[in-house]
Amino acid sequence: MIAGSLFSSERQSFLSRKPLHSKSPRSLSTLIVLGSGGHTAEMLNLFYVLQTKRFKPRYYIAAATDNMSLQKAHVFEDSLLGKETLEEVGGAEFLQIYRSREVGQSYITSVGTTLVAVAHALWLMIKIRPQVILCNGPGTCIPLCAIAFLFKVLGIKWSSIFYVESIARVRKLSLSGLLLYKLHMADQLFVQWPQLKEKYPRAHYVGRLM
Amino acid sequence: MGEKGGTMKDKRVVFVTVGTTCFDALVRAVDTPEVKNELFKKGYTNIMIQMGRGSYIPTKSAVENESAVLEYFTFSSSIADYLKEASLVISHAGSGSIFETLRLGKPLIVVVNEDLMDNHQSELAEELAERKHLLCARPQTLYETIAYMDTRSLVPYEPGDAEPVAKLISRYLGFPDD
Repeated sequence: MIAGSLFSSERQSFLSRKPLHSKSPRSLSTLIVLGSGGHTAEMLNLFYVLQTKRFKPRYYIAAATDNMSLQKAHVFEDSLLGKETLEEVGGAEFLQIYRSREVGQSYITSVGTTLVAVAHALWLMIKIRPQVILCNGPGTCIPLCAIAFLFKVLGIKWSSIFYVESIARVRKLSLSGLLLYKLHMADQLFVQWPQLKEKYPRAHYVGRLM
Repeated sequence: MGEKGGTMKDKRVVFVTVGTTCFDALVRAVDTPEVKNELFKKGYTNIMIQMGRGSYIPTKSAVENESAVLEYFTFSSSIADYLKEASLVISHAGSGSIFETLRLGKPLIVVVNEDLMDNHQSELAEELAERKHLLCARPQTLYETIAYMDTRSLVPYEPGDAEPVAKLISRYLGFPDD
């Protein structure tokens, strides 16, 4: 009886595209997908104004070949601890993920590496089970978001997906952005230029992050 | 930086940066006598090149007639210091370098790397050039861009604000507005 009503409420929230935790949650576990250079700077700019005590614990994920981004996330987390206690800001974990295709890799070998990357993403998602996923461009977010979306459809786990298109995209969405938009995978998709909002009306445009 | 002493206050540095990329075409363009002479004519005395993973080594030069002094290095953890010291920045089209320079209010020429496969980077540079926040060039047109540039015509960049995005996300998740 209880299980049944739980299930139906979950179904309902899925159909109405509203998150489960709609009654002012205290804090939500958050997965943050970082990309290289400019992407990471934009994401951290957003986190400077998000109330971090609402988004905890935080799991940062970057490509295994990208050390710089996690380093920047480390610096950001350290700056938080300078201001508030660990209990308030919540813990942070730093993880790496395999990329499905490195720049310049051939398409034939990328079939194998894609399978490895998807399996790894699945393992991470089962382990973390984030309530919120935030990403802004890198291809590494695609397997993670696809798995989260699959979980959502199957009613296993609800993650709210937020995608902020990089400021570098002025006229066209990136491949990641386009996939999330076309497949309705993101709960909210933000663009940073009005031209993109015109082209993709379901996107949100509320100004630039940088 | 700037330990050459003596004429510190007359020193006007052009900082050239390629970030973590390999962008030989830009380094090669800056290293041409045309560009070096033009920069000197515009009153710049020194050129500092951050050449990243590139393989083209520019010709280091001390004080010469009619040309700026050129130095280079591959990577540095203190790019911010070089940007602060610079009177003009010539950068690759990466958004990180672009916004860091604009935030410091330095005149900026962005040079688009045409060898990149997915060249979406030119979108940002062209959009910001249209809004007169920077000048946009290609390696082969850098010389003309410098010759005709008027840094006073550039419009200061008003930094963006992440607050509205944060607010929408928080509201969607059921958090109250503060």
